[in-house]
Amino acid sequence: MTGASGMLGAATATRLVADGWCVRTLQRRPSGVEGAQDERSSVTDERAVARAVAGADAVLHLAAKVDIVGPEAEYRAVNVGGTRTVLDAARGAGVRRVVVVSSPSVAHTGGSLVGAGAGRAEPSRARGPYARTKAAAELLALDADQPGFRVVAIRPHVVWGPGDTQLVGRIVDRARSGRLPVLGTGAPLIDTTYVDNAVDALVAALDAPDASYGQAYVVTNGEPRPVLELVAAICRASGVPVPSRRVPAALARFAGASLDAAWARLPLPGEPPLTRFVAEQLSTAHWFDQRRTREALGWAPRVTIDDGLARLAEHAALTGAGVDG
Amino acid sequence: MTPASTVATLAPSGLPGLDPAWSRVVRTGSGAWHVLDNAPQLHSEPVGTLLCVHGNPTWSYLWRTFVAAGTRATRPWRVIAVDQLDMGYSERTGRTHLLADRVRELGELTDALGLQGPVVSAGHDWGGSISLGWAVDHPELLAGVVLLNTAVYQPLGEHPPAALRPAMVPGLRHAATVSTTGFIDTTLALAHPRLTAPVREAFRAPYRTAARRAAVGDFVADIPATADHPSRPELERIAARVRELDVPALLAWGARDPVFSDRFLRDLRDRLPHADVHRYPTAGHLVAEDEDVAAGVLDWLDERVGGPPSVAPAVPREAVRLLGATLTERAGDDTPALVELHRETSRTVSWRALARRTEELARGLAAIGVTPGDRVAVLVPPGADLTAVLYACLRLGAVVVLADAGLGVAALSRAVKAAEPVAVIGIERALLAAKAFRWAPTLVAAGPVNRRVARAVGVRATLVELAERGAADSSPLAWPDPDAEAAVLFTSGSTGPAKGVVYTHRGLAAMRDAVASTYTISPERPFVAAFAPFALLGPALGATSASPDMDVTAPRTLTAAALAAAVRAVDGAVVFASPAALAGILATQHEASDDDRACLARVETLLSAGAPVPAELLQSVRDLLPGARLHTPYGMTEMLPVTDIELSQIVAAGDGPGVCVGVPAAGARVAISALDDEGRAVGAPASDAGVLGEILVAGPHLKARYDRLWFTQHASARDAGWHRTGDVGRIDEAGRLWVEGRLAHVVATDRGVITPVAPERLVDAVPGVARAALVGVGPRGTAQVVVVVEPEGKAPAGLAEPELAAGVRAALAGLPVPVAAVLVVPGLPTDLRHNSKIDRTHLAQWAAAVLSGRRAAL
Repeated sequence: MTGASGMLGAATATRLVADGWCVRTLQRRPSGVEGAQDERSSVTDERAVARAVAGADAVLHLAAKVDIVGPEAEYRAVNVGGTRTVLDAARGAGVRRVVVVSSPSVAHTGGSLVGAGAGRAEPSRARGPYARTKAAAELLALDADQPGFRVVAIRPHVVWGPGDTQLVGRIVDRARSGRLPVLGTGAPLIDTTYVDNAVDALVAALDAPDASYGQAYVVTNGEPRPVLELVAAICRASGVPVPSRRVPAALARFAGASLDAAWARLPLPGEPPLTRFVAEQLSTAHWFDQRRTREALGWAPRVTIDDGLARLAEHAALTGAGVDG
Repeated sequence: MTPASTVATLAPSGLPGLDPAWSRVVRTGSGAWHVLDNAPQLHSEPVGTLLCVHGNPTWSYLWRTFVAAGTRATRPWRVIAVDQLDMGYSERTGRTHLLADRVRELGELTDALGLQGPVVSAGHDWGGSISLGWAVDHPELLAGVVLLNTAVYQPLGEHPPAALRPAMVPGLRHAATVSTTGFIDTTLALAHPRLTAPVREAFRAPYRTAARRAAVGDFVADIPATADHPSRPELERIAARVRELDVPALLAWGARDPVFSDRFLRDLRDRLPHADVHRYPTAGHLVAEDEDVAAGVLDWLDERVGGPPSVAPAVPREAVRLLGATLTERAGDDTPALVELHRETSRTVSWRALARRTEELARGLAAIGVTPGDRVAVLVPPGADLTAVLYACLRLGAVVVLADAGLGVAALSRAVKAAEPVAVIGIERALLAAKAFRWAPTLVAAGPVNRRVARAVGVRATLVELAERGAADSSPLAWPDPDAEAAVLFTSGSTGPAKGVVYTHRGLAAMRDAVASTYTISPERPFVAAFAPFALLGPALGATSASPDMDVTAPRTLTAAALAAAVRAVDGAVVFASPAALAGILATQHEASDDDRACLARVETLLSAGAPVPAELLQSVRDLLPGARLHTPYGMTEMLPVTDIELSQIVAAGDGPGVCVGVPAAGARVAISALDDEGRAVGAPASDAGVLGEILVAGPHLKARYDRLWFTQHASARDAGWHRTGDVGRIDEAGRLWVEGRLAHVVATDRGVITPVAPERLVDAVPGVARAALVGVGPRGTAQVVVVVEPEGKAPAGLAEPELAAGVRAALAGLPVPVAAVLVVPGLPTDLRHNSKIDRTHLAQWAAAVLSGRRAAL
């Protein structure tokens, strides 16, 4: 498995170990997964990747540059180059199955997604460097699928849970410092995925029939909620103030675009308070048709949004904070 | 002009709805044609060819939906849509084409294509006469004709259609049609709703320059409005030969067309009396842009031309006792037929008087030229006059057109005009509207009419005058054929434009029998008609009826004392009422005397019709009418009654997924058409217990058909003998029917289909909720459940507060899927007719917009 130090990667590796798999993990930081064999390197390092996949039955490829800012070349090197390296190495090592973790954003060209299926990845039209490079990587991966070397792409949408630094972390940080406005009405429906369900889906993909391979599947809880309700619930579960300041959606998109430009040209630290991509994500609907995914993977989410929020609150109470650290 | 702009070309890519692969160029001796042709895309041998001819100033783009539909169909059709020479993307020959030229040129094209039969011709606008010209000249290929808002005649000495006149004045024509895009712009503006900008641009695309528009002007000049016009002989030849066509014909018509108005439809129906007609009340000249005509036409082709022959159910030809028979038999009976109670002017009409009046009016109508089969719109308030007029029409065989004035003037006018009556019988207000909106050529006044008004609107006769003329005529008057049309009744219009429902005399007689046996009405059991429509059945049932003192247009004005007085007047055993009338009785029960109460206690049967009755209301009524069995029927304009249930049965049925409406009424049958995962009713009629589906009904008192709505009728009668109600529900183990709402309102989620009514009741009970509606957003089969709440207090539209949302979610925890969102609106939209019917379709569109981040107003 590549990328086992993130929330989803670590949780999946832990599950696989528990299920009796012999797990080898490849990432730059320690995975912290007990019982897994850690290989610390980058997916761009061909030799390290070859070492990691040697003798494996299956490869689970999660490693990616997931930020929302930064030069596109960096994304390309990790997301496209890394995927190519992993695929080549796996094929060379006689691996029979590769599960590539992708993102619904690879097929999103702006506007609302309402009960959408898993459309074809669009590297030229996807929004932002992350989505564009992930789209190219997914096409590369699915193109490699052939009898004896099966490749499937799983696109979990907005994975969250205790210990999540991406969605929950950002929301909590900004809410705590009063920098979390509500965009527009806050009504657009957003589908998300509780981390345990995403783990289940990846494990299910490893066991799915050959006929399900060669394609991409969006994985979500199938429980879209208005974005404001979701953000407020995460804030409440994490014990931080619920946002109350409203910003018109169009203004936010404009501000996001301006800040994107500023961060791209100026040597500013960290990430901008709002990017156009994020503003768009928060002011349009994103939810998906899950019927094909559930049938192809023989999987269904076990943890509801409400149960997930309860676990988030429990975790926050135990750790005394919404996020790790 | 550069040579490049004169040759025929393929249509450009990127035009909405047009697949560039359909585009091809065909050369003939007269010039090169651009045509759309789906032949290369057909997956199997086509049933035949649909040859489509556009009018002026459009092009084959007009038929793009037909090309797509023909390709997709299970039994596909080759669809060829031509651009006429010098039009669209066809060659600019520079010649002027007269009607005869165009008919001949079209023949050259079909020869060049080597077209084999069967061919169905289709035409729109002036393309209609060209397509009919081709049709009459190619009998060996012709298998049918389809006509959309067109004409095959132009009456001499009459003005051409007003909307066309400016373009026809020789000095203005060039300016209107060629040197400017005025004519094209005007035509495109006739769409309802407005065309999208890309579609407008697509229609304009081949007509960008004056040079490319030359034929648009020539086409207008070719309208043969005068006797010496060079195209006149050809038009007259085609018009005459059309009468000889015996192939299936379909007229699909947008009623809001200022150019090809209803009189052109009338002319075509006269020439093609066997034609099937679908007249869209709210569509206009560009009917195929306004409505999905293509889908309807493919259905029609399947039914009439290409598909397997459909087996019509055996028509019952048993003898029938006509509705008017009883009245004639009792012409010598001096006992009361009608008792009308009013504070000062109560009156009693004997059987003898009613029978005589009816006979006189029937003969009077005949005397002013109304013949059997003619339609007569009746806009008279309930009472003895209305009863006499209706039975007079039925006696004569004139077809009664009835629409509820509660529709509002615009919808009422659309309804009456759709039925095309030859005469209107109405009170003064109705006659003024009839004149203003040109409902009918002949107007008859009922009740008092101001003399000046009568002159101004051109009243032909009053009812009194009609009766006088009829009394003077003693020639024998034949009874109508039981299977001829007897009435056109309009639906309430709460689910789209009001539809005309046709009943035959046999159907009305069956309705009478169903009511009589379900509610045990007989000559020995007089009844009180507190719901006015039922008073009309009295003379047919042979029972004396009493109308209580109330304002029939406001049923809530009925008091307990007034009802008691009516019961007393005829010793009524049966009371027909509406929920509003019942509410009026309950509100005034404290004013009733002991004697009134004693009278009411003698009532044996009470029927509440017209709208669903809450069981609680019936419970309260029971206290006031302790001796009565309280019935409520389920039915619709298309069939009434379908089922019936009595209060004790409602109580016994208990809570269920919807409203229990009981078991089928006498003669009625009920079945369910099961839903698929996407909420479409696909199942064959079945009566398995517990299966959710569309409710189908059948029986001798079912409508004959929808009036001039061929596609609607065809869809509603998909299963021979059954009518699709558009309601959804289940039949339970005990054979009782439960209604769960409208098919259009079911929400098809990825874990099953949800009907809104029962969950809404659960939400209504949540604190802070005045009432609620459950709607779906997103694609069928994976829709999300959204609850829209009208709160008890004031609140702006938007997301519900967290506590309210949590309350609603908790109330609906039993649904197979979670509630995605809870929205709040200051007031739920309801339809105009019944303030109680929530407009869920509109609400769902609003919720879908809000929940995808778009701005939307309710």
